[in-house]
Formats: sequence, C-alpha cells, structure tokens
Amino acid sequence: MHSENQKHDFEPKIIAFVCTWCTYAGADLAGTSRMQYPSNVRVLKFPCTGRIDPVFILKAFQQGADGVLVSGCHPGDCHYIAGNFHARRRFAAFRKLLEFIGVDLGRLAFSWVSAAEGGKWVEVVTDLTEKVRAMGPMVEFKDLALEEQWSGVINTPELQEAYDAI
Amino acid sequence: MSRIGVFICHCGENISRTVDVERVAEEVGRLPGVAFSTDYKYMCSDPGQTLVKKAIQEQKLSHVVVAACSPRMHEKTFRKAVEAAGLNPFLCEMANIREHCSWVHENREEATVKAIDIVGMMVERVKKNRILPTITVPVTKRALVIGGGIAGIQAALDIADCGHEVILVEREPSIGGHMAQLSETFPTLDCSQCIMTPKMVDVANHPKIKLYTYSEIELVEGYIGNFQVTIKKKARSVDEDKCTGCGVCMTKCPQKKIPNKFDQNIGMRTAIYVPFPQAVPNTPVIDRDNCTWFKTGKCGVCQKVCGPGAIDFEQQDTLIVEAVGAIVVSTGFDLYTIAEKPKGSPIKGYGEFGHGKIPDVIDGMTFERLASASGPTGGKILRPSDGKEPKQIVFIQCVGSRAREKGISYCSKVCCMYTAKHTMLYHHKVHDGQAYVFFMDARTPGKSYDEFWRRSIEEEEAVYIRGMVSRLYQKGDKIVVMGNDISVGVQVEIEADMVVLATAIQPQKGADALAQKLGISYDKYHFYSEAHAKLRPVECATAGIYLAGACQGPKDIPETVSQASAAAAKVMTLFSRDQMEREPIVARVREAGCVGCFACKKVCAYGAVEEKEIRDRQGNLIKIVAYVNPGVCAGCGTCQATCPSKSVELDGYTDEQIIAMIEAL
Ligand SMILES: Cc1cc2nc3c(=O)[nH]c(=O)nc-3n(C[C@H](O)[C@H](O)[C@H](O)COP(=O)(O)OP(=O)(O)OC[C@H]3O[C@@H](n4cnc5c(N)ncnc54)[C@H](O)[C@@H]3O)c2cc1C
Ligand code: SF4
Ligand code: SF4
Repeated sequence: MHSENQKHDFEPKIIAFVCTWCTYAGADLAGTSRMQYPSNVRVLKFPCTGRIDPVFILKAFQQGADGVLVSGCHPGDCHYIAGNFHARRRFAAFRKLLEFIGVDLGRLAFSWVSAAEGGKWVEVVTDLTEKVRAMGPMVEFKDLALEEQWSGVINTPELQEAYDAI
Repeated sequence: MSRIGVFICHCGENISRTVDVERVAEEVGRLPGVAFSTDYKYMCSDPGQTLVKKAIQEQKLSHVVVAACSPRMHEKTFRKAVEAAGLNPFLCEMANIREHCSWVHENREEATVKAIDIVGMMVERVKKNRILPTITVPVTKRALVIGGGIAGIQAALDIADCGHEVILVEREPSIGGHMAQLSETFPTLDCSQCIMTPKMVDVANHPKIKLYTYSEIELVEGYIGNFQVTIKKKARSVDEDKCTGCGVCMTKCPQKKIPNKFDQNIGMRTAIYVPFPQAVPNTPVIDRDNCTWFKTGKCGVCQKVCGPGAIDFEQQDTLIVEAVGAIVVSTGFDLYTIAEKPKGSPIKGYGEFGHGKIPDVIDGMTFERLASASGPTGGKILRPSDGKEPKQIVFIQCVGSRAREKGISYCSKVCCMYTAKHTMLYHHKVHDGQAYVFFMDARTPGKSYDEFWRRSIEEEEAVYIRGMVSRLYQKGDKIVVMGNDISVGVQVEIEADMVVLATAIQPQKGADALAQKLGISYDKYHFYSEAHAKLRPVECATAGIYLAGACQGPKDIPETVSQASAAAAKVMTLFSRDQMEREPIVARVREAGCVGCFACKKVCAYGAVEEKEIRDRQGNLIKIVAYVNPGVCAGCGTCQATCPSKSVELDGYTDEQIIAMIEAL
C-alpha cells in the first residue's frame, strides 16, 4: 500500500473524468472499504463517459494537469447502453491526435472500473500517479497556454490588415 | 453576483478525523461568490438540514454546496432540503470529501488540501448551475409482465387485483414455469400442482389480465410510464378462439413418441400437444418440426377430428404492439445442462458424472417429474433405463455450483433443501431403499428449513456424506460412486441404482438478449442486476423496469413470491399517479446552431433525438434541426460530446459547468 507520509520532490496533479454509474461508484466503494491511495487525484463526475468531450482533456492539461484519467463502465455494462463505446472510439482517435502533437501518452490513461471494483480504482489511480510523478511536470501545454495569450494580440502589420479587412 | 452557501459536514468523525473541517470552511469562505461558510457535526441530520434551510433564508443564498459524503448517498436529501427553503433543487451540489477524501487518505494536511480543492471545484461549478424545471410525463397505467412462472403469475395477479390491466407474456405454450414441474415443495411438502394450478386458472380468468402464451418480446421502445412493446405471437396452428380444449386432436395424432420437455424428456407427447394436462391456456400447439403435415404435407388427422374446426395450418406469427407504463421481468432460471455444453458457454465441466451418457444419472428436475403424481411414471420412482425401482440412490449436491474453476462461483441456494426433500420423497415411496447424499455444506437458513433438513436424516434415514464425488462409472446395471468422506477421512464407494445431480441454477438462455432489448444490466452470469443490492432490490437501474424471481438470482418459491409482490407494489406506486416527475437532466438542442447533421441521432441509444422542421411564417421550410424528446432522453450526454457544432447541451452537465470545474484547479 502506498505510504502517504513519503515525501516527493514533485507531486503531480491528476484529473480523473469518470462516469457516475461505474467508476464514481467504484471510487466510493474504495472509500467505504477504507482503501488508501495517493491524494493527487481530483475527480470530475459525468453521467457517462459518452459525455466526455476530448476538449476537457486538453483543457485539463492546459490548466496544469500532469496526468488525466478517463474511466467508465466496462464495455457492455454501460448504464446508458452504449455511451462508453462511443467514448472509446472517440478517445482512440483522440490519442492519435495527442501523440501527433507530441504529448507523451503515458500521461493519459483510460480504464474501465466498475461499481464493484474499489480495488481497481485504487490501482489505476496509484499507477498513474506514480508513472506521472516519474515523468515530471507536464510543460507542453503550459507553454501553449502562454502562447495562446500571446497570439491573442494582433502584433504584425499583415495581421492587422487582414483583421481590418473583415 | 452569486451568494453561495457552503456547508462542511464532519460526519461525526468520519470526515473531521482526517480533514481539518474548520480550515476548509474558512478557506472556502474566502472564494469569490461565497457568502456563507460553516461546518457542522451531522449535516444530514434534522438540525443539520435546518441549519442549511435557515442559512438559505437568512443569508439570502443563491446556491448551495454541501461538502459531505458521496452525492450517491445524500444528494436527494440535500436537494429536497434546499427546495423546502425555496431554492431550485438543482442549485445545490455536493462535494464528496468523505468517500473520495477523508476515508482514503491518512495524511491530515494532504486530505485537507484535497478537500479544499474539491469544495472549490464545486463552488465554481454551482455558479454555473441553472434553474432546472421538473419534467412531468404521463403514466400509462398498464403493466407488462415477462415470464409466466410463479414470479410472473404472482406479480400479474397483484397488479390486476389492484384494478390495473396487465399483459402477461410467456414464451412456452403454457404458463407455470418450473414450479408447475415440481412434485411436492419444501419446507411443507405440499403438492406443487395443488397450490399452483388455482393461481394459473386465476390468471386465465382475470378480466384485467391479457395473456399471450407462446409469445416473445420483439422490441421495447419508450421509457418509464410510456413504453411501447412489440410482442411476437408465434403461430400455434390452432385458433385460440375456436378451440374448446377438448383434446381429441391429441388422442388421434399419430406422432406419439416425441420427448416432452415438460417431463424432462422422459415422458412422451404428440405433435399437437399441451405440455401438461393442467396447462393454461388449455389450447394445444402444433410442434411444426415434428408434425407429419408440416414435414410431408400429408396427415391432417387433427384437422379432421377437431369439432369446432380450430386447426389452422396456415397460421402465421403475428406482431402486436402494446402500450404499457411499467415492466416486470420474471423470466426465471434454467438448469446447468450437464449433458452437453451449449454453444459459446464460458462454463467448463459439462458432461460431469456421466450425465448424458449414463441413462440413470439424472438431474433434480427429472427426479421431480418421477416423483410427481402427474408425471410420466405416475409418481413412482423408476429408473429411466429399465423401469426398475432403485434400491440404492445417490444424490450429489453442488454440481456446477460453487465451482470457481468451472466458472460458476455462486451457490444455487435451493439444492440443499430440494435434495433433502428428494430423500424424503424417495423414502416415502421406496420404503426399503437407502438414500445417500454427497454434500459440501448444508445451507438451510430459512423458516423451518433446518428442521426440514434434519428430518431427512433423523426420520427419513438419509445418509449424508460430507465430501465430493471423485469418480463415477457404470458397472453392469449399477453405477459405482466413489468419494471421500472428509469428516472421517475415509474413502467411500457406493453401488447405486440411480444418481441424482443437484445441478446449478443458471439464468435463462437468451437472458442477455432480452436485457439488451429492455436496456437493463446483468451480471457476468447473466442474472439481471437490481439497482441497489440492499435498498432497491426489485428495481432495475433503468426506470420503470422491475425484477421478480430467479431471473435476478437463485431463489426458492417463498422468496420468489415475496419479490414478485414487492415488484407489483413498486408498479402500483408508479400507477398511483397520473403524471410522474423525472430528473431534468436531459439534452436540449440550440436550434440556431444546429445544422441538421444528426450525428446526435446516430449516437443516441434511446432514440430520443427526433427531426424537427423549422418553417417561416409563410410555411416555407427553413431547415430541419434535431429535437430531443425530454421524455425519452436518458441524460447520458453522448450527443453533446458528439455534436460537431456544439448545438446540443445536457442540462446539469453543460460545458460551462465542466470547464468551470477544470479551471478551478
Ligand atoms: C429441482 C428443483 C426443485 C425445487 N424445489 C423447490 C421446492 O420444493 N420449494 C421451493 O420453494 N422452491 C423449489 N425450487 C425453486 C423454484 O423452482 C423456483 O424458486 C421458482 O420456480 C422460481 O420461479 P420463477 O417464476 O422466478 O422462474 P421460472 O419458474 O423459471 O419461470 C420463468 C418463466 O418465464 C418464462 N420465460 C423465460 N424467458 C422468457 C422470455 N424471454 N420471454 C417470455 N417468457 C420467458 C419461462 O418459460 C417460465 O415460464 C426448486 C428448483 C429446482 C431446480
Ligand atoms: S380437437 Fe380442436 S377443439 Fe379440441 S383441443 Fe384440439 S384443436 Fe382444440
Ligand atoms: S443525452 Fe443525448 S444521446 Fe443521451 S439519451 Fe439524451 S438525447 Fe440521447
């Protein structure tokens, strides 16, 4: 079991996007069973993984998350019949995109954790936290966030001209 | 500007032991928009709720965040309290600092920091919460019951007796299910037929029950209060309105040697048949696979002898659509078919103990048919192979059940009791016979159950051997059963005349396909899942669908009947209102942005997305947009994440709310 008293130089920020019916309930079960895991994770609840827009993952990285977890019901067990299948397909494509733009996919984890799998929740969260801790802080998107602010300023004559023409 | 109230609960010491609640209240109190922040020992208690209500009124709060246990526990409680204080309930959110924080972290500093973050996120979220109106939908006060075993019969009668119409759909030609096959029933040994058939007749005669036998569910559409169900009525080849049930056809049918499934294939029936004499309805069915007319185009004897001219070889399957408001699923169980492995079954170990090869190795249900006065032997215990009375009989319990390595780890619950019953029935019928039982444990909790089990040993002289059978083989006309008596540690060998296997209770074949039509969930064995194992044991997570009987897990008759009545009570609760409220977490389309690509329609598993025409005042079509029917929408939000123009939004989970939470980090 993870010892919480151990100090590390770098504590990553982990954001978890989970569905209400399976993973949120699984995380609740980990609680009622008094299992212990690193406190780095912050959980956002959705009705279904089908609701999770990849934009949220980008936004999370941009806000300083070092790792993101997306977790829902096992294939075939979706409370909403097939929402998790749509999510799976969407994230499969999204991972490719992230890889393309140079994000280390080790920072993004997908898992199925059912309402009965408190232990699996602990495992998934612990694994991701440790992995990301070893990887160090995520810098790519923080730079991007800065860049975005910078590019919001129209600072070249060409751009100004194009802007005025509209 | 919002005036948010934050209420931090100690949960006795469950939260405050690891989280510094005062510090959370203090720090969160400084967040912009928070007007009031406090902590209290038990927020969910009556004084706790009063505290929230008073603060809403006195502090003129616009939004509320309760930081306590999981919203799955108390969200409803606090939303109700907030509503009572005059706020829209959806302006209240819960921050889970117990299950997701104090219970899973030991370090006080870390847990406190995390709790502050969690509450902060919910504060940002709640600012973006909108007032959501309650949605009301009409309730169709008719129920559908699927499966006419004792569970379905009981549920149908209870609902119908309350004055509501019931549609009862049964796959087989007759209702009755497994209970109709039983001889006598534990723990009282009353005759199953005697207590069952009057109920079956009540169903047939009830003015409020519409019975579809030899029928199956084809399609289920709609939602709680408003389901549309398509039922396939298979061709019976007999006109139910004309048939008088005289039975002449069955006496004249030349095909007489067809194994009767109802008698576990040890008795025979004709091609035109009713499964058993007390069948309800008493209208025969032609088994087209075995009927000479359907095979060769000749015969037609039944048609010639039928007085009212009820035989109809041309009859087709028909589809019927029924509107109902609630559905009770009571499709019961099947037995682990030891003889052969069904296609695609993940269970290992079929063909154990020579079942399917040695004719005198039978299962418990076959024993029921042998012991039944209306069975193929007229109630005499006779071996299938040569019709002799077995003088030594061995019962083996837990065949399939509790065998993790084979794929069934659960206990089938009824076998200990019915095996005890079988030893008694055997002893009553074969006075000079000896029964042996191989068992792992005797599981007999239940009123008068243990007394019953002991009676089989103390009064009916059954010999119980604790241990499993290691080997079993045919030797001449005997079956040699070898096993280990672990309580004394010796090998035992019995030369038996007959062996009865207590085989595992499994869900009906095709239970998963039906679940998919209904949109309900099931466990890895395909038993249907209840919404909550303890607190909502008869409801499915899908609103408006209820469970009764062995389709949810192995059960005996008393339990089945109780659950069926409970399911009926739930249906009646629903039917006590003309309109019902539902959570307003539904998707909504912003018509201005919708380009009518209908990507949402494709991903919606509920068919909630419809096409809507937008016309100008002259009636010219401007565009076709998506429209989400709030009655049908289940609120998963898949459409929103899919919509390329971001024109559909799920109330309660808008992009705004979620981005606000992420930005709070
Ligand atoms: C050998 C044996 C002995 C037993 N002895 C006793 C006893 O002495 N005392 C006792 O209390 N319990 C006993 N039991 C348990 C008892 O049989 C069950 O508790 C009871 O039958 C469960 O009733 P049910 O209605 O849930 O299921 P079932 O009796 O299985 O009825 C289900 C019905 O649904 C129908 N159906 C299935 N699928 C569909 C579908 N897709 N569409 C439409 N219809 C469908 C089936 O045809 C069937 O009619 C015994 C069980 C066994 C195996
Ligand atoms: S002979 Fe005709 S009326 Fe009589 S049971 Fe057969 S089908 Fe029905
Ligand atoms: S949220 Fe969208 S996809 Fe989900 S049920 Fe409602 S309309 Fe269908």
